[in-house]
Amino acid sequence: MSASSVIFYIIAAVIIGGGILAITSRKIFRAAVYLLFSLLGIAALYFYLNYEFIAAVQIVVYVGGIVVLIIFSIFLTHASGDEMKRPVLWRAVFSGLATVFAAALTYLFITDHNFVPVGYALDHPVAPSVKNIGLQMLSTTEHGYILPFEVVSMLLLAALIGCIVIAIKIKTKE
Amino acid sequence: MNEIGLTHILFISTALFFIGVYGFLTRKNLITMLMAIELILNSVNINFIAFNKYLYADKLDGLFFTIFIITIAAAEAAVAIAIIIHLYRSLKSIDVDDADIMKF
Repeated sequence: MSASSVIFYIIAAVIIGGGILAITSRKIFRAAVYLLFSLLGIAALYFYLNYEFIAAVQIVVYVGGIVVLIIFSIFLTHASGDEMKRPVLWRAVFSGLATVFAAALTYLFITDHNFVPVGYALDHPVAPSVKNIGLQMLSTTEHGYILPFEVVSMLLLAALIGCIVIAIKIKTKE
Repeated sequence: MNEIGLTHILFISTALFFIGVYGFLTRKNLITMLMAIELILNSVNINFIAFNKYLYADKLDGLFFTIFIITIAAAEAAVAIAIIIHLYRSLKSIDVDDADIMKF
């Protein structure tokens, strides 16, 4: 067993363990912290696959943005230290069975299917460097992503305004 | 032990996806349901990156899909938390069972 696969299994254990604890922990603040570990493990997996830019984006957006947002909303809506109710037994049992069977079926398909990379792809690899990503992201030629880029910027603006409109407190005069 | 390949990473992402589905089905709290959705979206991102690396190394399309999914997930989480805070203000609870004011 090489050092590379040892590192991979450690990363896998962090991701899966963090995910399971985030879903089953009954203290909501702890669940958020376990989610943080799971997301950091996913960033480590991107580093392991040599996709450094995506790993950096994962850390900045998820760990620095979304998890902090979730923790702040927990502070705003929960008294600290109170435990959530246990899920109803029959619901937990049946959702567990459904997900276990679906996961087993998916594992069967994955092990059965033979993934063969195209020969051309192996001969002409494109490095996922920031330069290549930026050139293709803002390119207006055939494989450029300038249109989705602009559409997503409009979506972010709409989400920004929408958040303010939804969460604003309107003072009512009495 | 053989070399780490595409199937290993697909196993992780499948496990993470179904952990998220289980959490989405069993949790009753809106914030924890949002966390389950984040896990599901992240498993999709792992899939895109793994397929891009192992099968289509001559393109960057999977990477761009991952970037856009991360962006949209951030926007979705922000809007969801705004809705949750608004709901908490009017109901004093963020349990899905209490949020039945649109029933008639």
